[in-house]
Amino acid sequence: MAIKKFVVGSFDDEAVLFPAVRSVRRSGYKMHDIYTPFPIHGLDKAMGLKDTSLDTAGFIYGITGTATALGFISWVFTYDWPLNIGGKPHFSLPAWIPITFELTVLFSAVGMFLTFCYLCQMAPFVKKDHFNLRSTDDLFVMALECTDRTNEAEAVACLERVGAKDVKIDRRETRWWLGRYDKDTKMFGMKETEPVA
Amino acid sequence: MTTIKEQFVIQKRYSTWSMGLMAVGILCLIILFITHGAKSDQREQARFWASLLQNSLYFLLVTNAVMFFMCATTLSWGGWQITFRRVSEAISVAVPVIGVISIIVMLILVFGSNHVIYAWADPNNVKQSHDLQSKSPFLNKGFFTVWTLLIVSLWSLIGARIRKLSRSTDDNPLTLDEGKRFTWTNTVWAAIYLVVFALSVMSTIPWLWLMSINAHWYSTMYSWYTWASTFVPACALIAIFIIYLKNQGYLELTNDEHLHDLGKFMFAFSIFWTYLWFSQYMLIWYSNQPEETTYFIDRLGTSSNPSPYKGIFFLNLIINFVAPILILMKRGSKRNWTTMTFMCVLLIFGHWLDFYQMVFPGVMKDPVTCQTRVPFMLLDFVVGLGFIGLIMFITARSLSRMPMIIKHHPFLKESIIHHT
Repeated sequence: MAIKKFVVGSFDDEAVLFPAVRSVRRSGYKMHDIYTPFPIHGLDKAMGLKDTSLDTAGFIYGITGTATALGFISWVFTYDWPLNIGGKPHFSLPAWIPITFELTVLFSAVGMFLTFCYLCQMAPFVKKDHFNLRSTDDLFVMALECTDRTNEAEAVACLERVGAKDVKIDRRETRWWLGRYDKDTKMFGMKETEPVA
Repeated sequence: MTTIKEQFVIQKRYSTWSMGLMAVGILCLIILFITHGAKSDQREQARFWASLLQNSLYFLLVTNAVMFFMCATTLSWGGWQITFRRVSEAISVAVPVIGVISIIVMLILVFGSNHVIYAWADPNNVKQSHDLQSKSPFLNKGFFTVWTLLIVSLWSLIGARIRKLSRSTDDNPLTLDEGKRFTWTNTVWAAIYLVVFALSVMSTIPWLWLMSINAHWYSTMYSWYTWASTFVPACALIAIFIIYLKNQGYLELTNDEHLHDLGKFMFAFSIFWTYLWFSQYMLIWYSNQPEETTYFIDRLGTSSNPSPYKGIFFLNLIINFVAPILILMKRGSKRNWTTMTFMCVLLIFGHWLDFYQMVFPGVMKDPVTCQTRVPFMLLDFVVGLGFIGLIMFITARSLSRMPMIIKHHPFLKESIIHHT
């Protein structure tokens, strides 16, 4: 298990959040993540996140779909079961393009969907720990990871200075697990923070 | 806040280039006229007229597609285009000018004595052909002339109205109610233009102007295909002007986000063009009807007797499909000015080539041997450069006569903070 210690600050205003992100990054704290109820344009850039590699994955899935379709159709129609269709040659590419296109789209769409779920650690029955459940409703929640060099009191003071409404030190599971929240919080021995009802 | 450069000043080098391009274009036309146009042989004359026809129609439809871009984004309340809207407006001033050139060329071809290009305009041809007789209610001199004149003047008039509407806010800030009324009026005029556009470029106009070169052949997909082929270079034209103006220090409010969206349009409609190109090809290939396949026999030939246009045919597909899908797919390349400039030039050339293979195989076809040939295309290319010079000249001239930014437009802020 990877239960780590975090300093968690909650913001209720985008206009406060953006300068806060900038000054927290400048102070050198290790920013774990920011949880927001809706996507915020430009926040990824402000946080200095890397560009996603989902597009590369999509390209590879698409190419796989193209290769599968072309390979399978040409094997069937030229080798395994050649049919004379309207006097056309056995290897007739134009007729195969629509199916090749469809399989390219299908492979890339399904593949990218699954990859996206994997990257976001989302799946049926998969549970993730919340820092603050109100990040699904009306708060922007910023979590700073405490390393062995972090001065927690200073980090708390820093978040309060930049405008966080509510700052606390928290221990959270960072990875996903299968199961239910009510039982699992006990399993990880997290008595100090009760799950929000 | 830093001040915005509102007034565009034409650089001397720019006007030298536009004048120079126009001069070589006209020079090439004169050369073509001497070598072909002045000959007594009608087929030789047709080669001269085909060059003028192809270039004027291509650039007319491209500048008109810039109008379409403006009106479609206005109708959908796409605020993001406002920071560079004046650029598209300036390009669209070219529509009446090139429109007059096209009309003159087409009327000479229809009413003159040379009917090599528009075979349907010759009564003898119509008498001998059952196909042309059954098409004659649509494909006749009267309807062609009336519809062409009507449509080109509607494009020009509505364009002038829309530009005037946009200029009307320059000196007076709008109140909230005035802003609402302004947006509504804009939307209505954009909608009127789009209805005209649907009745012209999206359906009848390419049938009359271009498809009738192969008067016996028909394809219902042809107009869409022509439209896609002009919309991609239209977006490329806007993007290339934006990059030029930004390099000169203008358009401070237009940034990579706007360029990225134009790049998306170029990418998406290149794929759309390929979709139509392929659909038209595959249906004809699949059903294999002689009266339909003639079009592709001229361009592609058969395996034993390949057409001289085969190279152009596949180069067309490589430039307009393979290049954009591989180069423009990545986010970074749509935000890179160098890549975008390269792709814009390539796509404007690529669709020029597409129009080339729409017009020339039918014109150069020998009626006896049924063999077609490729003329010396460098001359046509330079004539095309002349039209580019004309567009450069008109765009810069109209840009220098109005403020570069519509500063009281209700959607301006939306455009400044635009984020893709």
